[in-house]
Amino acid sequence: MALKQKDLLTIRALPAEEITLILDTAESMKEIASRDIKKVPALRGKTVINLFYEASTRTRTSFEIAGKWLSADVINISTPASSVAKGESLLDTGRTLQAMHPDVVVIRHAAAGAPQILAEAMSASVINAGDGAHEHPTQALLDLFTIRERFGRLSGLKAVIVGDIAHSRVARSNLHGMRKVGMEVRLCAPATLLPRHAEALGAAVTTKMEEAIRDVDIIMMLRIQQERMGSGLLPSLREYSRLFGLTVERLKRAKEGVLIMHPGPMNRGVEIAPEVADGPYSIILDQVTNGVAVRMALLFLLTGGQPAAAA
Amino acid sequence: MRILIRGGRVIDPGSGLDGVMDLLIEEGVIRSVGPPAGAGKPRRAAPRGTAPEQADRVIEAKGMVVCPGLIDMHVHLREPGREDEETVATGTAAAARGGFTAVACMPNTEPPNDSASVTEFILEQAVKHGAVRVYPIGAISKGRKGEELAEIGELVAAGCVGISDDGSPVASAALMRRAMEYATMFDIPVVPHCEEPTLSQGGVMHEGLVSTQLGLKGIPGIAETVEVVRDLLLAEFTGARLHLCHLSAAESVRALREAKARGVKVTAEVTPHHLALTDEAVWGFSTNTKMNPPLRSAEDQAALREALADGTIDCIATDHAPHALAETEQEYDLAPFGVTGLETGLGVVLTELYHGKVLTLPQIVERMSVAPARILGLKGRGSLAPGTEADVTLFDPEREWVVEAKGMASRSKNSPFLGWKLKGAPVMTIVGGKVVWEA
Repeated sequence: MALKQKDLLTIRALPAEEITLILDTAESMKEIASRDIKKVPALRGKTVINLFYEASTRTRTSFEIAGKWLSADVINISTPASSVAKGESLLDTGRTLQAMHPDVVVIRHAAAGAPQILAEAMSASVINAGDGAHEHPTQALLDLFTIRERFGRLSGLKAVIVGDIAHSRVARSNLHGMRKVGMEVRLCAPATLLPRHAEALGAAVTTKMEEAIRDVDIIMMLRIQQERMGSGLLPSLREYSRLFGLTVERLKRAKEGVLIMHPGPMNRGVEIAPEVADGPYSIILDQVTNGVAVRMALLFLLTGGQPAAAA
Repeated sequence: MRILIRGGRVIDPGSGLDGVMDLLIEEGVIRSVGPPAGAGKPRRAAPRGTAPEQADRVIEAKGMVVCPGLIDMHVHLREPGREDEETVATGTAAAARGGFTAVACMPNTEPPNDSASVTEFILEQAVKHGAVRVYPIGAISKGRKGEELAEIGELVAAGCVGISDDGSPVASAALMRRAMEYATMFDIPVVPHCEEPTLSQGGVMHEGLVSTQLGLKGIPGIAETVEVVRDLLLAEFTGARLHLCHLSAAESVRALREAKARGVKVTAEVTPHHLALTDEAVWGFSTNTKMNPPLRSAEDQAALREALADGTIDCIATDHAPHALAETEQEYDLAPFGVTGLETGLGVVLTELYHGKVLTLPQIVERMSVAPARILGLKGRGSLAPGTEADVTLFDPEREWVVEAKGMASRSKNSPFLGWKLKGAPVMTIVGGKVVWEA
């Protein structure tokens, strides 16, 4: 079995069995990452371009490490240094890069749908590393991997995603992913940060934090962006924190053994209290570690690797 | 010059005609409309002068509809300023190809049509290069900035048939009130694009389930309705004639219906794309689905169709908005609003509304010819009455065709209907007795 599409643009269009294939492959990759010498020749002679139109530390680094551990040649392009500053269109950038025959292009962009423009213009595989408020599929895959690693299963688990759902690509990809693998999903946000008809996507929606965290196995906190203040969406960070922050006190109402996740970067003391972020239930750093394994699996599968040969 | 159009189904809602008839054009004027020569029993003599051998050209119109020339009262010809996207010449050629014998062009040119000199320039270009008649719509405010009234009296004297700041909604209720009061002196309609800018700010598509999934910023239906309601109240207060552009939201339709029942002097239009498409078309991020107002939900679409059928919405206009390829081949957030419509409008309407059993053919002719002529006060248009200038459209309601960018007369190809298979097509366009386009 292999991935059917040339690209990974969304979780929405990714069949459940391919999610499982990616997670299974990532397990072998995680084994490589735990070795003393973290290098296999699987992608020798392949070229991976990281094309980042938005600032990113963890995602870009994670893709770079993933490519290098698989022996691919990894090139990083970030906006200020590129021709974008000279006004080149995304389509032209795609055609230009294609002329150099890369195997995979990883793109992060502020505009929803940008990876699709690139995917249509290139024969290389395109991986969406986050497009506007649309999707961030590799984040959802690494989150599912981390959950499965802890619980040994996905189906039947209950998760709540808390925060700026309206502007979050992480929330969208996770909602689709979790639903596909049989999880139950709740969304919790201030009414101004809930998108319309979110419940039609198969999630329970609430604006009450106490209700939201009751009985769930996973609490996923999202970063609250400073720029939401002053745009009329929220009165203050202080009030947000009071109503939606995950504190030790609040956590007492959650199930014993609940796991705390955050895609980062965190605003400590705003959406999540430092004691919770660093506490025993937090698997936030596991998410980062697993991100490399999941991205290795994707690069491997998209360049034609056979799952059985992964290790 | 005599043209005899023989054996077509003549539909002229103004005179109540609907039947197989011959139509004779003589020296640019409709001379007679009547039963085909030789029809009926006992055999009657053809009306004087309609015998085929006396015509310079005989057009066999069997199976075709012959109707008063279609009028698109909302187009963007882009001249002056963006001649790379469209000109009066190419835009009117597209109109002719779409079966339209007249268009009303919006004032958002560069410079805007806010002065008599720009109006005169457009009309001059139309005389020199235009395939069909051009009726400019002037700006409401100077520079379309929404601050001070444009010299509306001079605009009307130069040939403008209505006023609008289309695309830049008049945010000030006070200025809109003054514009309406002022317009009553000239008996012209005020033609607003209704959009409350603080509600639509930053949005690129309809705010609904699809925008939620695509992560694109939404423009709620109420962004339109809030201003529709404001302008209906202002029209009622001032007694002005109000014509609402391209309605898109079910809530706006409801407000319009209530206002008409109260006796407010209001008319409204809807575009073929809002009738044929919903926000589901945005899946895949094609920028040819980006327009303002945006494609809305299936419920909105149903409300628009119902309102057009029952006459609450008076007419169909395409909002033909050509854009350069380099601008549409961009990220969805960055692409400009607007799609072309002149060359697909009639085909889409026939496919979706006639074959879709929403409107009858006489209703389509009424909403695409008679109503726009009445709303804009275009004397002698929208009619096949003997003695009027011969603006005539022939179309085949059954002809099947595929929409292709190749061959379009418009300089821009940003149509959401590319690749669509349509049933119903224009066949011939006659302006002032002259055949300006034929298939």
